[in-house]
Amino acid sequence: MFEIGLGHYLTLGAVIFTIGVVGIFLNRKNIIVILMSIELILLSVNINLVSFSIFINDLSGQIFTLFILTVAAAEAAIGLAIIVVYYRNAGSIRVEEIDKLKG
Amino acid sequence: MIAHAIFFYIFSFIAVISAVMVTVSKNTVHSVFFLILDFISISCLFIMIGAEFLGMIMLIVYVGAVAVLFLFVVMMLNVAHQKNTFFKSTHGSRHIPIGLLVSLIIFFELVIVVGGWKYKPDLINSISLEISEVSNTHSIGYVLYTDYIHLFQLSGMILLVAMIGAIILTYRKREGLKRQSYFSQISREKGDGVDLVDVEKNKGVKIDV
Repeated sequence: MFEIGLGHYLTLGAVIFTIGVVGIFLNRKNIIVILMSIELILLSVNINLVSFSIFINDLSGQIFTLFILTVAAAEAAIGLAIIVVYYRNAGSIRVEEIDKLKG
Repeated sequence: MIAHAIFFYIFSFIAVISAVMVTVSKNTVHSVFFLILDFISISCLFIMIGAEFLGMIMLIVYVGAVAVLFLFVVMMLNVAHQKNTFFKSTHGSRHIPIGLLVSLIIFFELVIVVGGWKYKPDLINSISLEISEVSNTHSIGYVLYTDYIHLFQLSGMILLVAMIGAIILTYRKREGLKRQSYFSQISREKGDGVDLVDVEKNKGVKIDV
């Protein structure tokens, strides 16, 4: 209980990952919240990589976390730009009104 | 060790609660604030576990840049007033039970993997990049600019492409806007601007503009 091991961190990563996936599935609001859920998922991946890196005593995990951080920042920028363009064209970014593809 | 455990539980509790609040809160601005809180507590966990550089980078990049970008977009698009109808909507929503089912399955798979997880016996002995006595930032710097230099430059290319893509996506040429053109200003000569006219007596001058 008071001995914090690798399992605790992995459990935390699993919980945050699941919360992110639930946020994508059950979202009825706007796409920005979906982007934030994707950020949560990437964050949980980062938790896993860093905790493995610390407990195995290997630095590659932290290096890869840096690259994931880069890709997450690029993804957020591109996604928000797409959302801005879509809002300019369609006037709304509610999830249930985006049904051009009949999905 | 007790203090480490107490702080771990505090920070992870805050992280999980704020992650839940990101998805369920009614206001989008509140969601962004809870996302910031989540990043801050996770970076506290990183600093606690010994990855100080990544914790600080998480603070700078996520809280300082990404979350502020989210805030800008939320305020620019004026979507904060859209109330979150989490389980009910105007259309019949049949995807809710399937979504819950799939997420529960994912969660239990993760729990099974974490619960039944064990070290491979010779995993500890793999000394590919051992963390030495120097600080975390030093050791990352030793490795990042030597062994991983190509990946580092590749991530720079990714950032460049993302920047150009975001600019091209959101760039809009507006009509009826007069811009200053330095080139035409500088390349203007005397013959273009001055015209000498011989004026006859008692007759006016016709000026065509």
